[in-house]
Amino acid sequence: MSILIDARTTFIVQGITGREAVNLTRECLDYGQGARIVGGVTPGRLGREVHGVPVFDTVAQAVAHHGAPIDGSVVTVPPAFTRDAVFEAIENGIRLIVIVTERIPRRDVAQMVELAALRGARIIGPNCLGVIVPDVVKMGGIGGPARNAAQAYTPGPIGVISRSGGMTTEMSSTLTAAGLGQSTAVSIGGDAIIGSSYAELMPLFQADDETRGIVIYSEPGGRMEADLARWVTEQRARAREAAAGSNGEAGAAELREPLPIVAFMAGRFMDEMPGMSFGHAGTIVEGKEDTTAEKIARLEDAGIAVAERIEDIPGMIRAKMAAAEGAGEAAGVAGGAR
Amino acid sequence: MRFFEFEAREIVKRAGIPVTDFGFATDPGQARAIAERIGGPVVVKSQVLSGGRMKAGGVRFADTPAEAEEHARAILELEIGGHMPRGVLIDPRAEVAQEYYAGVTWDGSRKRPVMIFSPVGGIDIEEVAREQPDKVGRRHLSNILPLSDFQAKEVIAATGVSGQELTRLTPIVRRLAELFSRYDMTLAEINPLGRLADGSFVALDAHMEIENEARGRHAALLEELGVGEHETRQAREPTPFEIAGEQVDATDHRGVAGNVTEFDGNLGLVIGAGGGSLTLFDAVRAHGGRPANYCEIGGNPSVAKACGLAKLVLSKPGVERIAVMMSIVSNTRVDIVARGVIKACLELGHDPAEKIAFFRIPGAWEEEGFKILERYGIEYADRSVSLNEAARRAVEKIQGAATGNGASAQAAEARA
Repeated sequence: MSILIDARTTFIVQGITGREAVNLTRECLDYGQGARIVGGVTPGRLGREVHGVPVFDTVAQAVAHHGAPIDGSVVTVPPAFTRDAVFEAIENGIRLIVIVTERIPRRDVAQMVELAALRGARIIGPNCLGVIVPDVVKMGGIGGPARNAAQAYTPGPIGVISRSGGMTTEMSSTLTAAGLGQSTAVSIGGDAIIGSSYAELMPLFQADDETRGIVIYSEPGGRMEADLARWVTEQRARAREAAAGSNGEAGAAELREPLPIVAFMAGRFMDEMPGMSFGHAGTIVEGKEDTTAEKIARLEDAGIAVAERIEDIPGMIRAKMAAAEGAGEAAGVAGGAR
Repeated sequence: MRFFEFEAREIVKRAGIPVTDFGFATDPGQARAIAERIGGPVVVKSQVLSGGRMKAGGVRFADTPAEAEEHARAILELEIGGHMPRGVLIDPRAEVAQEYYAGVTWDGSRKRPVMIFSPVGGIDIEEVAREQPDKVGRRHLSNILPLSDFQAKEVIAATGVSGQELTRLTPIVRRLAELFSRYDMTLAEINPLGRLADGSFVALDAHMEIENEARGRHAALLEELGVGEHETRQAREPTPFEIAGEQVDATDHRGVAGNVTEFDGNLGLVIGAGGGSLTLFDAVRAHGGRPANYCEIGGNPSVAKACGLAKLVLSKPGVERIAVMMSIVSNTRVDIVARGVIKACLELGHDPAEKIAFFRIPGAWEEEGFKILERYGIEYADRSVSLNEAARRAVEKIQGAATGNGASAQAAEARA
């Protein structure tokens, strides 16, 4: 299984006639089992085609042409028009929106996220490369051309969540080389406010049968790592409480022990350089909580292992998964004996 | 981007929040004229973006215009936290009965603005929150629903403030929240907000920061305040090397080859993309390397841009060699970056094999890129060599080269 998307997911590309969007469309159509891109939207370009995908003026036209609700949209329009495009997608029933665009003011992002929450939609990004389910489908530029994406990503048990699009591929490639494939890899975006943080994606991975471990890439700035640490701690408490009351029977996915997580923390040098922004818009040390030292401490307190080097990740996550599964079996045996 | 106090107070004033009859001066004579207009005791405040003005002697009290002029002269020449002041603010000394705090900022976890109020003002709000948590009111605001007085009223009332204070504070706090969203602020703070003897309120200091990404849509405001289009107001002023980096990035619109930050080492870095650059910079330092710079390549820049960036780094005094390294690329092309950095070496009269300590960019168009690198004898690696290992090799090579250079310098000396 996978999270967010699968082979049946239908989506559109908003801003499809832009240079990068044309490439992205080709890549998604070519990758894995081939994405079901059912339309593209660029105002004023009704009737054109991009790699055989029909172009419409409005999302409503795309939905009407498809004749059924459309699952997702990849939004690649310029920053000044992104909020409008996302509102249009949400109001036309689209429930998964990947925003590729960079440099969107955070008030606009917060408005999109709030409307999405009201309508039951989910946003990935902005400033992200999207989602990939290895060998099946990708939604966004993640991994690049189909040939390159196929080289880096392979199917398997690891969920990948990353604040950097490029590092999503670097980490997945390292996992692949070590024989650890990925269930789904999500580039969540590098901005201060994003649609889906680690903690917000964890329940989805937690509920996915195929995913057995999580690898994350993180950076200075923001509270996202602290939120993840809190989620893990709370999930552990929920699981222990449920286990205590259930006589050792395996509970529902949402009540299981949190999946083992290994984090990689980049930008350690930034701790000495408060007020300077590097890499992504959200990457800045403004207070103590933004520093990598503080984040690493919080992650480790929650039982999340933090890798010093990317090449250490496969061994670390393997060990954590083995330990977690050992503990799970032991609990199962204990339960059975009772 | 952070506003100076005099700009922030002007923004507060425009939002309909009462401010004192302050003035801004860039020379001592102007300061005196403002003090004369005010006609009473004044405060002379340095206009710098760093904190700790009071401790550094950047805030002084004057009873007469002549004294204000003297203080202004001294403060205008006083560097605080590495910054020279933009000017001085001359403020009437108000008789304040009580100081309050009002602020709005983002809660990145909840993805909403949060309105904060405290009847304990004039000090750091974090400190108040730690020591007197019942004296700090907080409330998240909707990004979509209109703002209303009741939200401000609730935050204020939650701290135990009632009566005329409450009714007078409510519109001030609501207006602050409105300006926060109207101007795409990331922080809008009035601290202290003073209650005068007659019961009226006045903003005595303000701290405002606007989001860089939104500057474009507030061009009119910024122009009226006199904020230059290229003022970054980062923690430190950009160096000429960093400004040159921006110019390289601006040569054409394709991709990124810039975001340069200057350091003082001997290993020039041509690295990318966002996350890869952070990872590589850490790795170079972890292996004892001394980077000459930070930078970012990404989004498929042209040969000219990659070349321009490499030339800039190669020309930086003290740079012995460059390392060209990125995380796996899917959009940027390996061959284009390779051509760019080789061109830079050749145009500066260097042997690329000598100047490029290590090249590690795997991904799109790598076969073509590796072929070019081989032709010039440049040491390179594919994805089987980690970012960390690539950084280690680059550092090892330059440290070897440094002793080598030393030896040849000695040899040259001996010959002379």
